[in-house]
Amino acid sequence: MIKNTKKAQKNNILSLEDVSISYGKFEAVKNIFCNFKKGDITSLIGPSGCGKSTVLRSLNRMNDLIPNCSLKGTVLFDGTNIYDKRVDPVEVRRRIGMVFQQPNPFPKSIYENIAFGARINGYVGDMDDLVELSLKKAALWSECKDKLNDSGYSLSGGQQQRLCIARTIAIEPEIILMDEPCSALDPISTLKIEETMHELKKNYTIIIVTHNMQQALRVSDMTAFFNAIEYEDGDGGKVGYLAEFNSTKKIFSSPKEKTTQEYISGKFG
Amino acid sequence: MEEKLALFKNRKRFGIEKNIDIIFKNTALVLSSFVAIILLGIVLVVFFQSFESFSRYGLKFLVTSEWNPVKDEYGAFTAIYGTLITSFLSLLITIPLGVGTAIFITEDFVPKVFREIIGSFVELLAAIPSVVLGLWAIFVMEPFFRAFFVFLHNFFGWVPLFSSEPTGRNSLLAILILVVMLLPIVTSIARDSLNQVPKKLRNASYGIGASRWKTIFSVILPAALSGIMAGVLLALGRAMGETMAVTMIIGNSNAFSWSLLSPGYTISSMLANQFGEADGSQVSSLFYAAFVLMILSLVVNIFAQWLVKKFSLKY
Amino acid sequence: MNSLFYQKNSSRNIGDKVFTSLSLICVVISILPLIFLVTYILIKGGAQITPELFTLEPNPPGDDLDAGGINPALIGTLIITTIASIIAIPVGVGGGIYLAEYSKGGPFSRFIRFGVNVLAGVPSIIAGVFIYALIVSTKILFGSMYSGLAGGMALSILMLPTVIKTTDEGLKLVPNELRYASLGVGASMYTTILKITLPSAFRSIATGVVLGIARAAGETAPLIFTALFSYYYITGFGDLFYEMGSLAVLIYNFALEPYDAQNKLAWAASFILVLSILSVNIFSRILAALTEKTKRV
Repeated sequence: MIKNTKKAQKNNILSLEDVSISYGKFEAVKNIFCNFKKGDITSLIGPSGCGKSTVLRSLNRMNDLIPNCSLKGTVLFDGTNIYDKRVDPVEVRRRIGMVFQQPNPFPKSIYENIAFGARINGYVGDMDDLVELSLKKAALWSECKDKLNDSGYSLSGGQQQRLCIARTIAIEPEIILMDEPCSALDPISTLKIEETMHELKKNYTIIIVTHNMQQALRVSDMTAFFNAIEYEDGDGGKVGYLAEFNSTKKIFSSPKEKTTQEYISGKFG
Repeated sequence: MEEKLALFKNRKRFGIEKNIDIIFKNTALVLSSFVAIILLGIVLVVFFQSFESFSRYGLKFLVTSEWNPVKDEYGAFTAIYGTLITSFLSLLITIPLGVGTAIFITEDFVPKVFREIIGSFVELLAAIPSVVLGLWAIFVMEPFFRAFFVFLHNFFGWVPLFSSEPTGRNSLLAILILVVMLLPIVTSIARDSLNQVPKKLRNASYGIGASRWKTIFSVILPAALSGIMAGVLLALGRAMGETMAVTMIIGNSNAFSWSLLSPGYTISSMLANQFGEADGSQVSSLFYAAFVLMILSLVVNIFAQWLVKKFSLKY
Repeated sequence: MNSLFYQKNSSRNIGDKVFTSLSLICVVISILPLIFLVTYILIKGGAQITPELFTLEPNPPGDDLDAGGINPALIGTLIITTIASIIAIPVGVGGGIYLAEYSKGGPFSRFIRFGVNVLAGVPSIIAGVFIYALIVSTKILFGSMYSGLAGGMALSILMLPTVIKTTDEGLKLVPNELRYASLGVGASMYTTILKITLPSAFRSIATGVVLGIARAAGETAPLIFTALFSYYYITGFGDLFYEMGSLAVLIYNFALEPYDAQNKLAWAASFILVLSILSVNIFSRILAALTEKTKRV
């Protein structure tokens, strides 16, 4: 039993231990315990307002950018609590990349979009190779190899999102966080991104927030279902919690919690 | 994987980069606090420089109009009265003109292109330096209105405001040139406030059969009122502090007169006229007058800002 | 009786017509001065423009028929405005960066933004009074009293709120997603600001700053007892510490002279000042309109 836990811990790349996140006085999520395994794709699902995006943003300290946002508990990455005072959030973000809900390329050329992050990270290899490799990994190379000097905005929405993925993998992060990466995209672009994710799984750990349960089912190995309950003092505010965390298969075929069952069968959300 | 990572030399942020980040932030912090430092500096400097005069004349300074460097007697009543009367009366003329113009360019009386041209025309007026307006007032406006002032005096001489024989440069001309300067401010702020009135309010009024002007007067103007008020207050602050055009046309006389047709003084024109050559206790008295002007415009401005904030219209 | 046809004589329709005409009259009254003013300056001032105007010193007022040129004032305006910009732009842009990028909506930024608005409302002559007390009367600048440098400082006080405001507002228009994108690939805050957000807001900030400079170039009140006036050519760096002429003060001084020759010089200076300020304004308006259009496409 003990041996098992140890083995599990060895595989865990990121662990949340009793994490609560608040915006000012209001608690958004409470008492989260959760382990993300190396090389897995983990989906975070749940009704809106359950704090799943908040949890995701806390994993590479993007929450620092939101005024009043504070976190209690520990987020262990590579054996270090990334909320330790001595930790430099900028370094955390260099190792844990993020893809956002809205495609957000820089107002620069496609080439520069990828080179920017790499340069910041002090990349000393051949930049042309890196750009080509990253675009290939993001399945965008064939579509834009002839117009690398065009603005990132000249691409379609789906292509822009894949450019953002390429930009993120260019800095070789250990984990890629994706915050509803397909919510602004059409179904065809969505499928392309999902294919890309399957490719990326070989080298990276991916944690994705999604509203789309089919997507969670298609892409992920593990699924975390978040739910929200009203505050105990009952003034209508809600606080999120981790209701169930298991392999995707189990969550969708035989969930343990009644709320999970109700959510995945579309009774609320 | 390890081999690839070796290509990224800055995975750890080195001391120098962290320090630059901190220095950059703190420099920006210091620079932004300059505003507060300057503001505080202005208030303190003007206050302490006026202290000598303040302790000697006290509040009497505000109500006497003797200004005699030879006898060392100072009172700024003429200038204070001039500042208040010119700014309030010019505002009184500007408000209907400015709001009327703003209504015209927010309603669809003429095609949008024309309205935009009119709007930018009025705003361009704001870009003309006040000293140029003063020049124009001396050589164009004054001769143009001369006959009109005589007429005013002849027919309305029984009104204290028009009781004196018109002189070349006088307070009324200062008021008129102030109107030209305030128009762009009031018009553009009134236009913005009117544009912010939600379309549905207008439609609701049209929907129950109100005519266009009924809608404007009973629905749109009241909804835009706080914004317009804030604009009016900002214009008032500007009018009280306006220096050049007024100094050039008001006649600069410290002899008190109720009449607008005789030369007058404002605090700012007094400063512009005398500051360069003043010495001794006259300097301190001028600082005292400057302090009064500053307090007046600060109060008006802060009140305007409070109004903007209270009704949370964004400018 | 209750027909739906438009009734010309109903009191409601007459009232509507009256008010519509009234508002049209307001427009005419508001615009007429500008048209008169600009045409008058262009005709009267344009007529005085000669090549000598740009090269000669002005002659002291007197019975001389020839007033000379405005060279020292023209150069003086350029120098004083440059000094003001050198002070106000870094301070203002830096301050704006802090407000928009670091402090967001916190109490400090609210306080400073309030201060910016208050400072913008301080009468321009008070800025002159302040610099007079601080710099001129104390002779703190190497013993010099009235100087171009002091004039530039007084003008910078007037420019500062404009620069901070345009920077703050320009940066606020940059979408947060762009900042997250840059920080998300591990960029430091200063890299994000210098490489991503500032360049994105560059055009709107530059427009605002240029308009602020144009406005400062026409300011007179802060200069009349800080930079004062000078009739003589600016020959070297050392002249910064002495009285310096400017177009604005030249117009003020010469408008009040009883001699026609000096008055004409004032008109010529107005022509140059108004033409440059209006062209900067119109040009930036056109540029803004074009940018708007390309964004929509």
